[in-house]
Amino acid sequence: MMQTKEPSFNGSSEVAERVSHSATSDRPYKFVLKGAAFFFGAVVLVFVWSVLQAAWPALRQNGFHLITGTSWVAGGNGPFGAFALIADTLITTLIALLIAVPIGISSALALLFLVPPKFRTIGASLVELLAAVPSVVYGLWGLWYLTPWLSHTVQPFLAGITGSQFPFSGPQQGFSLLLAGIVLSVMILPTIVAISRDVISVVPVDLIEGGLSLGATRSQVFTKVILPTSKTGIMGAIVLGAGRALGETIAVAMVIGSNIQMPKSLFSTGGTLASTIATEFGDASGNTGAALAALALILMVITASVNAFARVLTNRAKATA
Amino acid sequence: MEVVTTKTEVTTNMPTTKNEIAMQLKDVSVAFSGRTAVRDVTFDVEEKKVTSLIGPSGSGKTTLLRSLNRLHDLTKGAVVEGQILLGDTDIYNDKLPTTLLRSRIGMVFQRPNPFPTMSIYDNVVSGLRFNGIKKKALLDEAVESSLIAAALWDSVKGRLKNGGTTLSGGEQQRLCIARALAVEPEILLMDEPTSSLDPISTKAIEDLMGELKNRVTIVIVTHNMQQAARVSDNCAFLLMGDDRAGELIEFAETKKIFNNPSDPRTLDYIQGRFG
Repeated sequence: MMQTKEPSFNGSSEVAERVSHSATSDRPYKFVLKGAAFFFGAVVLVFVWSVLQAAWPALRQNGFHLITGTSWVAGGNGPFGAFALIADTLITTLIALLIAVPIGISSALALLFLVPPKFRTIGASLVELLAAVPSVVYGLWGLWYLTPWLSHTVQPFLAGITGSQFPFSGPQQGFSLLLAGIVLSVMILPTIVAISRDVISVVPVDLIEGGLSLGATRSQVFTKVILPTSKTGIMGAIVLGAGRALGETIAVAMVIGSNIQMPKSLFSTGGTLASTIATEFGDASGNTGAALAALALILMVITASVNAFARVLTNRAKATA
Repeated sequence: MEVVTTKTEVTTNMPTTKNEIAMQLKDVSVAFSGRTAVRDVTFDVEEKKVTSLIGPSGSGKTTLLRSLNRLHDLTKGAVVEGQILLGDTDIYNDKLPTTLLRSRIGMVFQRPNPFPTMSIYDNVVSGLRFNGIKKKALLDEAVESSLIAAALWDSVKGRLKNGGTTLSGGEQQRLCIARALAVEPEILLMDEPTSSLDPISTKAIEDLMGELKNRVTIVIVTHNMQQAARVSDNCAFLLMGDDRAGELIEFAETKKIFNNPSDPRTLDYIQGRFG
């Protein structure tokens, strides 16, 4: 009975057993992962294909007029010219950026360099809190609090400056491109603060001290050393913010007035690509459904390219840091 | 933990030849959030001479150097005590703005830190621009004279528009020296300026220091004792005390420190018995 197995270090059979075991146990795992990846890719393709298919009748009927046409009549067979919608989308996003970019970058700088350390975490959690608020809540806030403020205080003041002429003409009702832009600016602020803070925080201390040691003031160090060094990443932050503003739907639908017309002033009511899809999909008679799908397609192309651009910028910023 | 406050007897042998004093340190201590990093350092920095600060890691050389241009102001909880006189001005107590102070006391850092978004030209004049000088003729002149002084002009004069970070490490450090010189400081602080450079670049910077001391007073921190012996006229030897605070053990002419130090601990360090 010499069956007691010596613990041998060259017991190649045992090792071989283990190797083959691990190879077989890996197989189903790999299969599941590959399957999931394939499924995901298929979903994306089917999704894009179905939007294209739904939009096809409108694309065939209207052609380029879909983008260049200035008249949009929903609820029948058109005409479906989305120029005003595209313009409103870009205008509201631009307003949002004009407000959020300076405030966002200044807040990032303040959080990193001026705020005492113990308040820094509070600041950071405030930013995260803002980012976590659902967009419908921003919409309600705009509707209940900003509408009266805008129509009773801001617009009379601004209209007084230009004598009710462009760009501050229009009815004093609150709902407007300007209001949509303001609500959007608050919504994209956390994105801009958080990402610019990240890219600014990797600017080497050496450079900051280098600037100070030459007699620079703090604001000179901000504008001449820190911001130029991190500008690619900050551009990425801005473009990501723009991406969010372009695609934002419900909050905009609640405050923009949903009235499709060529924009005449900052206080014009209007409708963006996204908000129009949300407000009109219930009444998709005739070719309207196809036209809304075409809007979705235009919106997807715009936001996808903006996000791809942001990706390129932030990657480049990481590579140079 | 009980803090032992043994005040070290400092042997200070000032050189016999009377020279102008550029800066005086009187009982300078630096503490971070209550923990003392350097204690009671007193010595004079002679004008147009090179003063080296040597000592093992943790002896507070760099901490002391950074107190001379108030760079600790940025650090929360940092406290500098004692007096640092630049001429007659107490740099911590008199109403001398830090921006003005730092344009009178330049600094070169351990690792070359040219501004990566600026050209060679813009790097050199950055300090002047911070100080509000805009005239092109003045800037052009400063670029040429500072780069000549930093022994970099001949190799970069044809590519001043190129980025400052396109230069080699040694050239970048000379660019940083040119950048500091352009502001025409009275004192140049150098924090281990060759520690990230190869031997040839190190030699170039050391040779440069010999030239520079004709126009500027230099205070250099170095890890490298041979370097201190080669480049400096006076030498301060610091050592970490029992409570981990750096203290000045001996200050004297470099020749004396290396040939005939007064304190046995200096001798031990010079001879490499610890470090």
